[in-house]
Amino acid sequence: MIKKVRQHINQNEPLLFENSSPGKRGYQLPPLDVPAVDAAKVLGAQNTRAEIEGFPEVSEVEAIRHFTRLSTQNYAIDLGLYPLGSCTMKYNPRVNEQVARIEGLAWAHPYHPESLTQGILAVMGELEKMLLEITGMDAVTLQPAAGAHGEFTGILLIRALLESRGNPRKKILIPDSAHGTNPATATMAGYSVENIKSNDRGMVDVESLARAVDDDVAALMITNPNTLGVFEQNITRIAEIMHAKGAMVYMDGANMNALVGIARPGDFGVDVMHLNLHKTFSTPHGGGGPGSGPVAVKRQLVPFLPKPRLRQIGGQWSWNYDLPQSIGRVRAFYGNIGMHVRALAYIMAHGGDGLRNATMDAVLNANYIRALIGDYYVLPHKAPTMHECVFSDERQAKLGVRTGDIAKRLIDYGFHPYTVSFPLIVQGAMMIEPTETESKAELDLFVDALISIAKEIEENPEMVLKAPHNTRTSRVDETTAARKPIVRWKPN
Amino acid sequence: MLSAIGVNSLEELFAYLPPEVRLDRPLDIAAGKSEYEIVDYFRDRGEDGANGYASFLGAGVYNHYRPVLVDTVVSRGEFLTSYTPYQAEIAQGTLTTIFEFQTMICQLTGMEVANASMYDGSTAVPEAAMMALRVTGRDRILVSRTVHPEYREVLRTYAQHQGMPVEEFGYARDAGTLDIADLESKIDNQTAAVIIQSPNFFGIVEDVRQAAEIAHRHGALLIFVFTEAVSLGLLEPPRDADIVAGELQSFAISPSYGGPFAGIIATKEKFMRQIPGRLVGETKDTRGNRAFCLTLATREQHIRREKATSNICTNQALIALMATVFMTVYGKEGLRELAGQNLAKAHYLAGKVPLRFSGPFFNEFVAATNGRTPEQVNDALLKKKIIGGLPLKRFYPELENGMLWCATEMSRREKMDAVAEVFAK
Repeated sequence: MIKKVRQHINQNEPLLFENSSPGKRGYQLPPLDVPAVDAAKVLGAQNTRAEIEGFPEVSEVEAIRHFTRLSTQNYAIDLGLYPLGSCTMKYNPRVNEQVARIEGLAWAHPYHPESLTQGILAVMGELEKMLLEITGMDAVTLQPAAGAHGEFTGILLIRALLESRGNPRKKILIPDSAHGTNPATATMAGYSVENIKSNDRGMVDVESLARAVDDDVAALMITNPNTLGVFEQNITRIAEIMHAKGAMVYMDGANMNALVGIARPGDFGVDVMHLNLHKTFSTPHGGGGPGSGPVAVKRQLVPFLPKPRLRQIGGQWSWNYDLPQSIGRVRAFYGNIGMHVRALAYIMAHGGDGLRNATMDAVLNANYIRALIGDYYVLPHKAPTMHECVFSDERQAKLGVRTGDIAKRLIDYGFHPYTVSFPLIVQGAMMIEPTETESKAELDLFVDALISIAKEIEENPEMVLKAPHNTRTSRVDETTAARKPIVRWKPN
Repeated sequence: MLSAIGVNSLEELFAYLPPEVRLDRPLDIAAGKSEYEIVDYFRDRGEDGANGYASFLGAGVYNHYRPVLVDTVVSRGEFLTSYTPYQAEIAQGTLTTIFEFQTMICQLTGMEVANASMYDGSTAVPEAAMMALRVTGRDRILVSRTVHPEYREVLRTYAQHQGMPVEEFGYARDAGTLDIADLESKIDNQTAAVIIQSPNFFGIVEDVRQAAEIAHRHGALLIFVFTEAVSLGLLEPPRDADIVAGELQSFAISPSYGGPFAGIIATKEKFMRQIPGRLVGETKDTRGNRAFCLTLATREQHIRREKATSNICTNQALIALMATVFMTVYGKEGLRELAGQNLAKAHYLAGKVPLRFSGPFFNEFVAATNGRTPEQVNDALLKKKIIGGLPLKRFYPELENGMLWCATEMSRREKMDAVAEVFAK
């Protein structure tokens, strides 16, 4: 039975361009307090345009109705559980939104004199300090704009260090359970990729790793806990193997929500890692960004960090550009500062104990789901898991229903689906990460939904295959979208 | 919950972790603070800034008015707290706005396809260069010295290990425009792309058609970069370019000390399959209604892994939505009027100071501080609570007395007159 939702009125909305009429406007500019200038005269007639063809023309009330109506066609954390594995969709506290909009912070220009930016620099300095305490690393750069950008920065750092030692080496080892960004990053940094097979417990196989590491290997990119939610039990041994061969350990911090306050990558052999402030530290995902991907390193990598670097001398904050060994900039200015403000606010609200409690609750919630649906779905890897758990559609697939179909049926029950078909090492993966901010009541509804769907599949698989049934948009034809791409509106 | 799991304590859930990895002490982070204390802390940091100052800084980050509607829309939890719209059936809100965003970026730039956003303008440039390598099968990149200096730094960082040699060409010393002779002498049949910016870093409008003609004559692509999106309200769109890489900060995105912003990449339809990042496409649902979904994902890292067009995953969706709302609010007439106001204000201010270059400019220009250093000018202005232009020496040692000024619709006449007074002394 579907307990969480029933249907309600949800308005249709045409595209802006279809709703425009000539001359409508939603803005008002003040009168010009200086003489007007003839654009064609000062810029040249050939350099000026007549009009922006097709641009919207709507009134203010039409604009707000447009976006409000569209917003009601979205699912969001504010509406309920959003259990996307590895995405850490936790509640986004609104105070963080408010403080990021404080005028002296939001209107700081990156080229303001340093004497007039001490406040925002202090915020960044404080966040750096907190992230170092949480990760156990020696230095951090806040410049990267997202996780994948952080990976790229981190691998460039490794390359720079190895180059300074005489040989950048050729390959990066990546477990087969890794996110797609890892191999894509390695390629962008000029490395080839060698996949490392996981063992039957879902962990890196230490023996095959030891065999794969030779003088051509620059680093291992490892996610810990990995994408199965399993903590790599042999992580210190793995680091020893890498270090013995002069190679580095890069940790993808996507799953750091399982470790904060419990274990620190800097204490278990990691040389470089990135954090996703939009996962662990709750800056909003915003429908796909912005993120922020700080990169933390151990001492030997510090000289290579992107420039400029923040420093404090005699109580004054400033930027240091004198970094001859730096890999250079990975982004203009200093990073996604608005996200740094939000992340620091999050850390301050929790405090040290609160952060640790959040981790424990995240692990509790994931294990609760794992325990309750274990009789209905196949759990291919039995090792203990932390903040997420990965089931397989093995049993349901025998009846012709796959993970993607179960996901669509979950929508009918009022939930956003889990992560579908990832990690690739699990057949028909159902990757569930509830996060710590969900109540038992919400988790119970979710578990009930999954159990109910498992029964539906046995009784009426056809119905599940056609899900979702209750949404305003039924199953979307993605195949045609890709075959005949229409990626912009055009007038008929 | 513990009994359902079969453990006696929360701690037991962590018992299997190897003891040597466990943190054996509490984190050294102060106890949790109340909402009030947090607001107070950040308000204090905000006070330790430039409140109450007028600013004439541009250089890639612009002070434009942010219509109230922008924050109203992006504060809606349905947009703010949703994820990348993989589940199209419950993400039509985000998907539709991205489709509209892609359309408006095409209308603005004269291109045929635009992606759902990049991190910012500076990272969009190397992504566009990498795209040009894939399209042409060549490897050399020629970039103008009038492209934002920090963008060029980012380009060099990205290029260094991708077999992508980057070379710069100069600018005409009087006009501040592209040095065409230098470009002609450096371009060859291994050049994948020529990268120019307009208005360029000095605020000057470049001859895009001529640059495109030279690039195309040598079989290279032209990459057009913009940092001041408002200029496109008045300027001819770069129709002759092959790829457009730009920054939308000017579209209601607060300066925020340099980010988060939103970059874009737009191009011709024939290069669509080489574009990095997310794309939203139109399709239908099983009931025959129009619907949107992420598409052409086989370019992307989660499918193609090491063979992807880029490693980009999370982009700047919510910031792109800010720009979408901004473009909607101003619309066809408004963006043009806004650009006109910027042009007028900048020309008013420029009329009162000695100009370094003769080329046509939009809302930024380089002034020469004859007999004084730019720092001396700025120190005098700071006493009047005015933040002056950017001294250019740090990026262009040859422009020791050059300062880059910007005026926007937010620049008030009396402040500009005050600047003129300091210059006249």
